[in-house]
Amino acid sequence: MRVSKRASGALAVGAAFALIASGCSSGDNDGGDAGASADGAIVIDGTQPENPLVPANTTETGGGKIIDWMWTGLVEYPNNGGAPQNALAESIETSDSKVFKIKIKQNTKFHDGSTVKAENFVKAWNWAAYGPNGAQNASFFADIQGFADTYTEDPDGPDGPKKAPEPKVKEMSGLKVVDDWNFEVTLSAPTAVFPTKLGYSAFMPLPDAFFSQKPEEFGKKPIGNGPVKLVSWQDDVEIKLTRFDDYNLRDKMKIKDVTVKIYQDDTAAYSDLVSGNLDFQQQVPVSSLAGDKWKTDLGDRAIASTTPSTGIIAFPIYDPKFKNPKLRAAISHAIDRQQITDKIFFGNRKPADSWANPLTPGAEPGNCTACKFDVNLAKQLLQEAGGFTGKLTLSYNADASHKEWMEAVAQQIKTNLGIDAVAVGVPTFAVFRANINNHKMTGAYRAGWQQDYPDVENWINPLYVKGGSSNDGLYSNPQVDALAKEASSAPSLDESHKKFAEAVKLIDQDVPSMPIYFGGQQSGHSEKIKKMELTNVGELDITSVEL
Amino acid sequence: MSDPSTASIVSTPPAHMPTEAGSGAPVDAGLPESAQKEQKPRSLLGDAWQDLRRKPLFWISAAFIVLFVVMAAVPFVFTSGDAVNGDLARSRVEPSSSAWFGYDVQGRDVFARTIYGARASIVVALLSTILTLLIGGAMGIIAGYRGGWVDALLSRIADIFFGLPFVLGSIVILTTFNGSGTDNGEWTIMGLVILSLTVLTWPVVMRLMRSSVLATKEADYIIAARAMGASTGRIILKHLLPNCLAPLLVYGTIMVGSFIGAEATLSFLGIGLKTPVVSWGIMISEAQNYIRVSPFLLFFPAAFLVTAVLSFVMLGEAVREALDPKLR
Amino acid sequence: MGRYLLRRLLQLVPVFIGTTFLIYWLVWKVPGDPFAGKCGDRGCPDNFRAMMTEKYHLDQSIWVQYASYMKNLFQGDFGITYSGREISDIIMTSYPNTLKLAVVALTIEAVIGLGAGVLTGLRRNGFLDNLVLISTLFLIALPVFVIGFLLQWLLGVKWGIIHPTVSGEMRMSELIVPGFVLGSASMAYIARVARTSIAENRRADYVRTAIAKGLPMRRVVGVHLLRNSLIPVVTLLGTDLGALMGGAIITEGIFGINGIGRQVLRSIVTKESATVVGIVVVLVLVYLVMNLLVDLLYAALDPRIRYE
Repeated sequence: MRVSKRASGALAVGAAFALIASGCSSGDNDGGDAGASADGAIVIDGTQPENPLVPANTTETGGGKIIDWMWTGLVEYPNNGGAPQNALAESIETSDSKVFKIKIKQNTKFHDGSTVKAENFVKAWNWAAYGPNGAQNASFFADIQGFADTYTEDPDGPDGPKKAPEPKVKEMSGLKVVDDWNFEVTLSAPTAVFPTKLGYSAFMPLPDAFFSQKPEEFGKKPIGNGPVKLVSWQDDVEIKLTRFDDYNLRDKMKIKDVTVKIYQDDTAAYSDLVSGNLDFQQQVPVSSLAGDKWKTDLGDRAIASTTPSTGIIAFPIYDPKFKNPKLRAAISHAIDRQQITDKIFFGNRKPADSWANPLTPGAEPGNCTACKFDVNLAKQLLQEAGGFTGKLTLSYNADASHKEWMEAVAQQIKTNLGIDAVAVGVPTFAVFRANINNHKMTGAYRAGWQQDYPDVENWINPLYVKGGSSNDGLYSNPQVDALAKEASSAPSLDESHKKFAEAVKLIDQDVPSMPIYFGGQQSGHSEKIKKMELTNVGELDITSVEL
Repeated sequence: MSDPSTASIVSTPPAHMPTEAGSGAPVDAGLPESAQKEQKPRSLLGDAWQDLRRKPLFWISAAFIVLFVVMAAVPFVFTSGDAVNGDLARSRVEPSSSAWFGYDVQGRDVFARTIYGARASIVVALLSTILTLLIGGAMGIIAGYRGGWVDALLSRIADIFFGLPFVLGSIVILTTFNGSGTDNGEWTIMGLVILSLTVLTWPVVMRLMRSSVLATKEADYIIAARAMGASTGRIILKHLLPNCLAPLLVYGTIMVGSFIGAEATLSFLGIGLKTPVVSWGIMISEAQNYIRVSPFLLFFPAAFLVTAVLSFVMLGEAVREALDPKLR
Repeated sequence: MGRYLLRRLLQLVPVFIGTTFLIYWLVWKVPGDPFAGKCGDRGCPDNFRAMMTEKYHLDQSIWVQYASYMKNLFQGDFGITYSGREISDIIMTSYPNTLKLAVVALTIEAVIGLGAGVLTGLRRNGFLDNLVLISTLFLIALPVFVIGFLLQWLLGVKWGIIHPTVSGEMRMSELIVPGFVLGSASMAYIARVARTSIAENRRADYVRTAIAKGLPMRRVVGVHLLRNSLIPVVTLLGTDLGALMGGAIITEGIFGINGIGRQVLRSIVTKESATVVGIVVVLVLVYLVMNLLVDLLYAALDPRIRYE
């Protein structure tokens, strides 16, 4: 019954925040038993990947975490949420944030024994950026010079009769292989945040074997360069991974085998976790959260963490009803976020009070003044906006658990403003998403965002800038656009962050959407696991596991 | 298995029974209107009524059904509470003297919701049952009685619809016709749910009816009636129908209950009735996540649901026993 | 008899085509763009959608799509999913699991339902009768997901009697509780119908005759009564196998069984007509064959019914 989509669009790699070393219950040493760990095996929960496992073509959680484990990129995001560090990269140098000289570590191997070279990156990126290949993550390469030539847009959209013109070239002019261990990336404009993005799975290298077969075939037996390699993948049953013994980077495996058991239903997985048949579940089911039962069930094996994601309700600004910023602000002020997180999420999520998730580097906490609960102000703003007639629908996709909080929001708007607000469940995510894509929404709708890489830029450009990849409500403020452009091309991250902060102030006036809550994650592990950490996006860091 | 003399008794239809029983719908579903006209002095109806009057079970179930029907018609008589609007501040407050059934997770009055929930649950279940019995019963009689190519054709059509298993079929139908997620009115959604329940269940009734017609139509009294020159319509209405009705009635009454449950399942899957409609099914599926901490959220609607089902089945059972001369 | 069988088999053809087209059409009608939801809240790039639409011929009319699907089907090619998996693989792995579960459910409902029905039909209005009546009513009244969730929680987690979910090996012992959950509602129907049927026939002349001529009760019940009362029960049981398999979606979800239910649910949501139809094709075949068997059984059970 679970339709798990990677909660926000992309990501499995992000940035900054929570580290959880789970309590080691024994107490006499700070890790596990090295002997038990060395040949140890664990079973963890997962979902069936939606597509064959090709990094640039995976945007959902089920396949995303397998890819994160099987590959190591140029940079990695530390579990504690700190700044990205070089992983496979020896060095990434730039003088102008436009041309990057990248040197990779020598003699690291793919799982098939071939060596990871500079051209493995360049070829992989060119493949992903070539329009006809239809890679889901293609837009991540848009910064690179020559992307517009390899990725052509369909003149009348995918539903129109015309097709996208065949790209003139197959390779981006901004990528240049210098030698086996060095390559050079030229961007179309200075982008300080570019090196930060390089840890995202779209930027992973691909072995030569990838280019000699069909991507689907490769994706069934993927070859990565990370700490674990694939043993077998039985659809809908399990994915078996084992330690890659030739791995010579920082994060080596301490145990040997990892079996990802594929569940359809998170309560089924939870039952297995409680009865000791499963070693780790990333998110326990809603039914166990009520009354904090999961903490009773799991004791010190319960892990509460935060994730850099935000639950949002967005406005279709293309609909004349929602043109007036005062109306949008009125609705936002009428929502008591604290009460919702307390009563609906049992305190496991936090009320949103800033536009970018505060776990993200460069994000300012508490900068969403529109998020403040203030009934009187809301009523006053509504009056100034001329009121609201008719029904205010709040749509959500009913195939995931959004019903409770969306209904609570609708009720608060109804009670506090007297607007006839109603939460409407759209049966499937596909329909919900199609309506949003086609700009056919007639009321506010649920959105969600989890950062792809740890920088505030990822919370502004895609969401609130004209033409942004996820600016589905068609919000447009020329001043915001100008500031964001300045910020993106600032020579340093610090300056970039300052400019983004200015842009956010304007966004806060316009209220194009309503941040409601900050993501939280409730995981659990078995007694077998003595030590473990979560990654910055809340996945299990399998290399940290000790038994 | 029967002789012509009983047949003549059976042929007098038990017309007013259901209405007097107060339920109306499910029991008289398959009965012909015209049957009500002629009543012989000492009719089966009279016998059955005599029989029924003495059964406490009949009175109890009839009383409950009347209660539920009144609840569905005028819920505001029973409660002054607000079934739709809640206040998060009293989320999951336990039952107390001021709120007998407590408050749900959205802080809505569970007692008021349970009362108001009777309407959707009972309307959906009853209408679907009536439609199913009418369509399936008619098809089954025609197919079983006429036999030959008519039987073959009707059975094949039934097979096509029956090829869609219930849950799967309703998911497809409801996703297809309600999947755009536009804010359909509550009657549209109810209509769709009723439609999909009917479309997917009538073949079962048809097969049941057809098989009992097959078993009955070679009976002596039917052959005798045909020999005396009775028209097909008369044979079906007067002879076949009353004799095949018993299993249909039993099935029909059970069906009312199972449809209430089916409606809950569809709500659980997110494709059935939706807020702001209140139904027991929606309440049960909403309560499911809180079953460990607030079991009362599940308990009250489930108790009402079970009571309603129980009443319908008991009533059907009592009426059937009273009607069926073979069980006297 | 032979001719009857042949005629019935020929009749399967239009039913088969009718059902598959109905399903294909319905799924095709499901609103939404199948590729719009594949990339999470970010939405998919247009190039990805264009490529997939072309690859799966979704730009063509339903008639062309259905015709080419059927053509491939008759050549044994079930097609591939939008994720690039062979649909025949999915069917091969998920089908046996569902069949196993449904057979366990059917066995449980036949044994318990029939047993309860016969017992209560013979001794009506006793304590046992009322007990069975009440418990069958509860089973009918409570939706499958509530029963499943409760039993899983009580037996699996709280008391630890069973394994809360079914392992990949699908051992019979693990399937008893899921089978019970799946078959619970039908079991109640079987019990009710069997009870009614037995009670009715209990008073029939031939039973009276059999008792009068001094046959032992066991023989009267076993040979005369049961055989004549079985017709409606067999109808229900026969048509139930298909329904159980198609209705296993929720049970499979709760107990983590890799059956066709989850595949169908997933494919409806993603508008994968080919997968839905592929799975339903096999379901329909099971159902059609069971129906034929039921009709043949009528004749065997009731000498008054003859097919020519």
